[in-house]
Amino acid sequence: MWKWLHPYAKAETTYKLCYRLLPYFSWLAVITLVSGSIWGLFYAPSDYQQGDSFRIIYFHVPTAIWSMGAYTSMAICGLIGIVWQIRNAELAVYAIAPVGAAFTFLALISGAIWGKPMWGAWWVWDARLTSELILLFLYLGVIALYNSFEDKRTAARASSILAIVGVINVPIIHYSVEWWNTLHQGASITKLDKPSISPDMLWPLLLNISGFLFVLAALVCLRLANQILINDARRPWVKAMVSEKTNKAEQSKNKATLADKE
Amino acid sequence: MLEVQGLTCFRQNRCLFAGLNFVLSEHQICQIEGPNGAGKSTLLRAILGLFRADEGQIIWSGKSTTQQAELFLQQVFFLGHKFAINSDLTPWQNLEFWSALNPTQNDDFASALTKVGLTGLEHIPCHSLSAGQHRRVALARLWLTNTKLWVLDEPFTAIDKSGVQLLQQRFNSHLTSGGMILLTSHQDLSQEFAQLHTIKLTDNTGEII
Amino acid sequence: MNNLSTSKPLSYWSAFKSIFIREIKLAWQKPTQLVQPVVFFLIVVTLFPLGISPAPKTLQMIGPGVIWIAAILAIMLVVERLFRQDYQEGTIEAWLLSTVPMSLLVGAKLLAAWFISCSVLVLITPVLALLMNIETHVIPALMLSLLVGTPILLFVGAIGNALTVGLNQGGVLLSLLVLPLYIPVLIFATSLIEAATLNMSYTGQMSILISMLLVSCFFAPVAIAAALKNTVN
Repeated sequence: MWKWLHPYAKAETTYKLCYRLLPYFSWLAVITLVSGSIWGLFYAPSDYQQGDSFRIIYFHVPTAIWSMGAYTSMAICGLIGIVWQIRNAELAVYAIAPVGAAFTFLALISGAIWGKPMWGAWWVWDARLTSELILLFLYLGVIALYNSFEDKRTAARASSILAIVGVINVPIIHYSVEWWNTLHQGASITKLDKPSISPDMLWPLLLNISGFLFVLAALVCLRLANQILINDARRPWVKAMVSEKTNKAEQSKNKATLADKE
Repeated sequence: MLEVQGLTCFRQNRCLFAGLNFVLSEHQICQIEGPNGAGKSTLLRAILGLFRADEGQIIWSGKSTTQQAELFLQQVFFLGHKFAINSDLTPWQNLEFWSALNPTQNDDFASALTKVGLTGLEHIPCHSLSAGQHRRVALARLWLTNTKLWVLDEPFTAIDKSGVQLLQQRFNSHLTSGGMILLTSHQDLSQEFAQLHTIKLTDNTGEII
Repeated sequence: MNNLSTSKPLSYWSAFKSIFIREIKLAWQKPTQLVQPVVFFLIVVTLFPLGISPAPKTLQMIGPGVIWIAAILAIMLVVERLFRQDYQEGTIEAWLLSTVPMSLLVGAKLLAAWFISCSVLVLITPVLALLMNIETHVIPALMLSLLVGTPILLFVGAIGNALTVGLNQGGVLLSLLVLPLYIPVLIFATSLIEAATLNMSYTGQMSILISMLLVSCFFAPVAIAAALKNTVN
C-alpha cells in the first residue's frame, strides 16, 4: 500500500521533486494572493459592525488555519519518518517547523491588531489567541530541539517524536483552553461566531486561504530541498550533481569566451 | 553465523565505512582494528542495532536481524564503553539487576565475582572501587552469560596483566564451546588466538585480512 | 561448564520488578534527591503570599493555581534528572539490548519515580493548603487532583527528558518542550478544585484528568522508548 512512497525515500528523487514543484507553488501563490488581497481589501463590502477593520481577516484567518495545518502535516511527516524509517520525512519536519512558526506568529500579530479596535486592548486572553500562543510555544520547542543536536540525523528524529507528541496534545490544548475561557469570561467575545459571511466577503477569503497554502507549500519545498542538500553534502549524488553543474557553467563560460574571440 | 552485508555508516556526514562485508561463524574470533575515530565502536553498535546504519544488513543464522530482533538479542552479549554499572549499587546488586534483564546460564554471582578477583568487595558500592575493579564487575558477566555472540568494545583497557590472561582463557573456553567473539582492541592478539581474523578500518572501507 | 543452549527463562514480570526495586534502592541511598523536590515545592508556595498578599481572600483565590504551578515546577526538577544517570552509565543501552520490551522497562522506572518523588508531593499538600488558607473541605479534591495529575506530568515530562538526555544543556530546553504540554492538566485540575470550592460536582473534570492519565500511560512509554533509542544512536 505504501509502495508509492518508496521512491521518495531516496534523497535525490525528493530533492528533484521539490525543485520541480517549487515554481508551480510560487506562481499559484502569487496569483491567488494578489487577486484575493486586492479583491478583499478594496472591493469586498465592509462589515456593518466592524467597518473596514474586519479586512484583516484576509490575513488572520488564512495564517491561523495553516498554522494548525502545518503542525498537523509536520506531525504526519514525523510519523511517516519514524514508522517507515524514511529519512526525508524526518527532514521535512524541520523544513516545516520554522514556516509554521512564522505563520503562527503572523496569526498572533494580526489577531492582536484586530483586537485593538474590537476590544480596546492589544492582547485579550481569548481562547483562539491563547491556543495560537501555545501553538507557537510548541513550534519553538521543535525548532529548539532540532538545533540543540550536533548530529542532524538524531535531531531530525528527536523533533519528529516531539511533533507527534505535540499533535496528540493540540486538540486537548484547544479544548482545554476553550473550557477555561468559558469558565472565566463567559462566551461573550468570540470573533467569528458562525461563518454567516456574505459571499462577496467569502470569495476573496477563500482565495487568500488557498494562497497562503501555496506560500506554505513553496517555502516547505525550498527548505526541504536545502535540508536534503545540507544533510547529504558529502554523499556521491550531491558531489555528482555539483560537478555536473560546475562543468556546465564552465562550458557555457568557454562558449562565451569563444564567441567573444570570434 | 553472523553475516555483515554491505554495511555503510555515516556519522555527522562523514563516511566511516562503506560496503563492509564479513562473516563470523562458530568458534571464530574477529578483531576490528583501526586508528581512533575510524568507526570501530560504530561498527559494533551498528551490528547490534544501536546505531542506525545507512545501508546494508546484518544476517543472523540466515535471517536479517531487523526481522528477528528479539531472537538475535537473546544470543548477544555486549560490553561497550559504558558498561551499565550503577556506581551507587554494589557489584552484587549490579549483577543481580543485569541478570534479570539478560539470559544467563546460572545466577552464581559469588563465583563470577570470585573469578574476576572481587572477593570481599561484593557488597560495597561501586563508586568506592577503582576503575579497573569497576571494569571487572562488568566483565564478571562473561561468566554468567550464555549467549553465543560476544561483542566487546575494548575489553582489555584498565585491566592488569593477570586479568588479561584470565579474560583470554574465558574467550578460549567460549570459542571451544561454539561461541563467537567480535571485539575491538589495540592489543596484538595474534599470539593468543591462532584462529584470529582481523578487520582493518581505514578512512574508507574495511579490508579483511 | 559452558552450555550455550540452556538458559534460565526471562520473565517480563521479574524484569519489571527488578527495575522497580532497583529504583527504590537507589532512592533509599540518596535521600537528598528525594527531599529536594518537596522542599522546593514548599518554598515556591511560600513565595506567593510574600509576593502578592497574605490577605486570606486573595490566598484562597490564587491558592489552587499556586499549588499546582509549584507542583509542576517541582516535577520539572524530578524529570530533569530522570534518565540522566542511567544514560551516562550505559544502563539505557543495556535496556535497549535486553529482550524485554523497552516500554515495559521505562514503565517500571516511571512507576517507581512516581512513588519516590511525586507521592510525597501529594501527601504534603494538606500543609500547603493550610498555608494558602484553602478551606478544609477542598483539601480532598486538591489531593485527588494531584494524585491523578502528577503521574501525567511525570510521564509527559519524561518524554522531554528522554529527548534531551544526550545533550549537555539542562533544564531550559526541557522546560520549553514540556511546559506547553502541561497546560491542559493545569487547566482541568484547577477548574476541578474551583468546582470543589463552590461545592459543585467535579466528576467531569476528574474523568477528563483520568482519561488523560490513561492516554499518557499508554503513549508515554512508547514515545520515551523511541526517544531513548534515538538518543543512544
